[in-house]
Amino acid sequence: MTADPAKRPEGSRNRDVVFETRGLTKTYLMGDVEIHALQGVDLKLYAGELVVMLGASGSGKSTLLNIMGGLDTASSGTVRYRDQELTNASDKALTLFRRDHVGFVFQFYNLIASLTARENVAIVTEISRDPMLPEEALALVGLKERLDHFPAQLSGGEQQRVAIARAIAKQPAVLLCDEPTGALDSKTGIQVLEALEHINEAMDTTVAIITHNEVIGEMADRVIRLRDGRVENIHVNDKRRPPGELRW
Amino acid sequence: MRTLNRKLLRDLATLKGQAAAIALVIASGVMTLIIAVTTLDALSLTQQRFYEDFHFAEVFADLKRAPESVAGRLRDIPGVNQVETRVKASVRLEVPGFDDPVRGLLLSIPEGREPLLNQLYLREGRLPEPGRAEEVVISDAFAEAHGLRAGDHIEAIIRGRLSTLRVSGTVLSPEYVYQIAPTDLLPDYKRYGILWMNRRALASAYGMEGAFNNVAVSLQSGASEAEVIDHLDRILARYGGIGAHGRDDQHSHRFLHEELKQLRAQAVILPTIFLLVSAFLLNVVMSRIIRTQREQVAVLKAFGYGNLDIALHYGMLTGLIVLLGSALGIGFGAWAASGLAAIYTEYFRFPEMSFRLQGWVVLLAVAVAAGAAMLGTLRAVWGAVRLPPAEGMRPEPPARFRRGWLERSALRHWLDQPARIILRNLARHPLKSSLSVLGIAMSLGLLVMGAYQLNAVDHMIDTQYRKVMRMDLHLTFSDPTPVRVHSELRHQPGVLAVETYRSVPVRLLAGHREYRTSILGMDEQPYLRQLLDGRQRPQRLPPEGLLLTDYLAQDLGLRVGDAVRVEIQEGHRQTVTVPLVGLVDEPLGVGAYMQRPALNRLMREGPAVTGAWLMIDSGQERALFDRLWDLPGVASIGMISEAERNIREYMDDTILMFALVFVLLATSIAFAVVYNNARIAFAERSRELATLQVLGYSRGEVSWILVGEILLLTLVALPFGWLIGTGFAWALNQAFSMDMFRVPLVITPGAYGFATAVVLTASVAAAVLVVRRLHRLDKVAVLKAVE
Repeated sequence: MTADPAKRPEGSRNRDVVFETRGLTKTYLMGDVEIHALQGVDLKLYAGELVVMLGASGSGKSTLLNIMGGLDTASSGTVRYRDQELTNASDKALTLFRRDHVGFVFQFYNLIASLTARENVAIVTEISRDPMLPEEALALVGLKERLDHFPAQLSGGEQQRVAIARAIAKQPAVLLCDEPTGALDSKTGIQVLEALEHINEAMDTTVAIITHNEVIGEMADRVIRLRDGRVENIHVNDKRRPPGELRW
Repeated sequence: MRTLNRKLLRDLATLKGQAAAIALVIASGVMTLIIAVTTLDALSLTQQRFYEDFHFAEVFADLKRAPESVAGRLRDIPGVNQVETRVKASVRLEVPGFDDPVRGLLLSIPEGREPLLNQLYLREGRLPEPGRAEEVVISDAFAEAHGLRAGDHIEAIIRGRLSTLRVSGTVLSPEYVYQIAPTDLLPDYKRYGILWMNRRALASAYGMEGAFNNVAVSLQSGASEAEVIDHLDRILARYGGIGAHGRDDQHSHRFLHEELKQLRAQAVILPTIFLLVSAFLLNVVMSRIIRTQREQVAVLKAFGYGNLDIALHYGMLTGLIVLLGSALGIGFGAWAASGLAAIYTEYFRFPEMSFRLQGWVVLLAVAVAAGAAMLGTLRAVWGAVRLPPAEGMRPEPPARFRRGWLERSALRHWLDQPARIILRNLARHPLKSSLSVLGIAMSLGLLVMGAYQLNAVDHMIDTQYRKVMRMDLHLTFSDPTPVRVHSELRHQPGVLAVETYRSVPVRLLAGHREYRTSILGMDEQPYLRQLLDGRQRPQRLPPEGLLLTDYLAQDLGLRVGDAVRVEIQEGHRQTVTVPLVGLVDEPLGVGAYMQRPALNRLMREGPAVTGAWLMIDSGQERALFDRLWDLPGVASIGMISEAERNIREYMDDTILMFALVFVLLATSIAFAVVYNNARIAFAERSRELATLQVLGYSRGEVSWILVGEILLLTLVALPFGWLIGTGFAWALNQAFSMDMFRVPLVITPGAYGFATAVVLTASVAAAVLVVRRLHRLDKVAVLKAVE
């Protein structure tokens, strides 16, 4: 079913709003070309939900995620995290916001090559307020046997799971994942999605996953479709399918 | 340990080649400053301590002969503290087992005890016992040169009488730190010795009983040296005084002072150039290394690290490299400085070297190196943290390429794709390319400067001994001698040519400036001792007027045509005015020259000479020496080849030693710069190069893109480097001009060639290293990873 994106969808659990954007636009220059990545996005994310944002390459989904996560700033419009206005927040405020509330998972893992799996997680837990142990986080993603391996000694799926462990170890309220399975084969991709679902359920973390893979939408509470920098529609799933049942 | 610190150490391990190269640059900069300043400090400090502890006198005067009672009048001069009258005698010495002529200077000391002024440091043995007429102490340099020890004997001819002297000890004196014979530029310890003897014994041997012919004076604090000198001159004039003088004109002090002046110039100019160059290179290299870490900076930021944390992290990375470089620089600098200071003790005879590493030097050197490195680091970190993390993690947007002059020029027809890639890469980052070129050019400049020193000193000595001093022997007479000595000498065995000269001690005055020297009265067209003009051609002496070494004329502010006031320090001691009629270009020493008849007229005397230059047949040297030795009135025999050998040795040991150290450092800097440039180019291009290999380009073709870029940058840098090096050499040359010698600004093609060869070798070596790295590159991994 399709709903007005600004309204609270029926069927979603009665939860607080975590993120709210209004009229969000983003324009940037790529070489000589001006790119309108977002052209007025109104959106809400709720506590504890698992959202999948779908869209083709260039639809603006990564830009939206980056702005919500405080990795980038909007050209106009507002974005709010619970009571905190992020729109014109200072660099320092955004740094603290990222440190305390958000975990990121990137398509290319972005692990630090000179650190082991355990250390890649520790580098984040060391600056967090209430982190779990790096070993614990790695156990949650099924990597407790690979603690002291360097990224170059891990497979792509393992590296992405280290990235997830790194993102969740600080026990963030929100987990933002940009194409977390984009660089992985489907079997490994599903393991990664299972890890994300596990975090969502076990820790009640709000999880937003960006992908261009339609199938992944079936594991979400809601599926938000983006096209040409706008929200095209929002679909609420009656029932989330476990990642293990997904095939692509 | 914090994980971030662990990352730091591992990054450092990964960057080890580059880090080591940067540490080398830092070490070189720090080392130059420490070597130069510490050597200078050691010499100044040692000099100061020796002068103070052994009561080095402040005013000195030579005279013919004055009764000891005059000493009381000298003591009454206002401002005078202590007065030490002495007997001083030039003697000829014979050392068993050594055939060359040896000159000696005999000085009196009070019976069996230390004098009040110019006290002796006893290295070995004891002072002559009171009443022992045959006992002497000798300068330790002379003792060392001949292997003489307490108890050994030497012969001396004092006023024509041969006496056998017994060495009771070896000593050092603040008055003879630099022990050279009056006509020499450099010490020759084998052929010139200084001896001290009890006053009574020397006075009786030299006909000076109850009299003195030399006096040393110390001043009360605040007293005017000039006034005391005036007073002394007035009192001593009637006793044949030839003008008292302060330490500035005291032989040993003057040379030491000149040497310190030259060291000071070196201590300022060389480290400044080195530190500035290394600071520039550090800034450039560090900022480029950090820029390659752009993505990591973005990741750290994404996870909540603040700008300060990140700046600290990279600051520490740089700090560790600076620390390593500084430690190396301080360690090797102190080691080299103590080595150099020890070499100087060979020429300057001090009891011991006071060597210390001053805190401020270390601090300054480290601060400059650290400041420059940090500036480069923070500039790059600032560039990285200023970007929103989302942007930092994206590959940099493709650079803006446009059809430039390259596409429009005729060149395009014969440039293949790799060549175009090289040229466009350089053209699209004009600033980066210029900085690389400048970096290589600067290190080349340092090399040119170093090589210039090495070559120019040789050139200078060659000019002096091939063009100026063409004689084999230099004789001086104890008194003015009739000119017939010329034919007498001409008929000695093995003598091929003779020229005689008259030397008169004078004070040259020009405005408030003055200079003590001697006027040499020479033949109209001297052949054995030439006077070169500005274009290095021998010149003829005009019948009237004075010629001066160009450096001296400049120092006195005189131009050709100006009148020079000349205070003659001998005979009638009149003051006359003589026109300056020409300049002499000579690299070693300074002097004043006239035609001999003109000088004789000035002296109101007949045609007299005080010395001669001889060209001889070396096969008959021994026989000639024996004959000369027996000629009355010959005070000294100097061998020019020995003097040349001495000066070459001295230059090799001091200036050239410095220059060699600096050339080594410049070489390491050149290599470090070229290698770092190449490594960074490799890091920036690896993705592009891997792509080309995947597209089917051969290893060789892909390597060429990288090697071509390195070589092109180096080639472009060459002319700039020659220019910069010429500028550095000029700066050094300006700072280096002094009385004792002036290294000409002659940069031989060899110097440019050597510097260029070093830089090209470094480039080729760096190219080979990165190409090997390129061949080990995992193409697939590089292509998969984000930049």
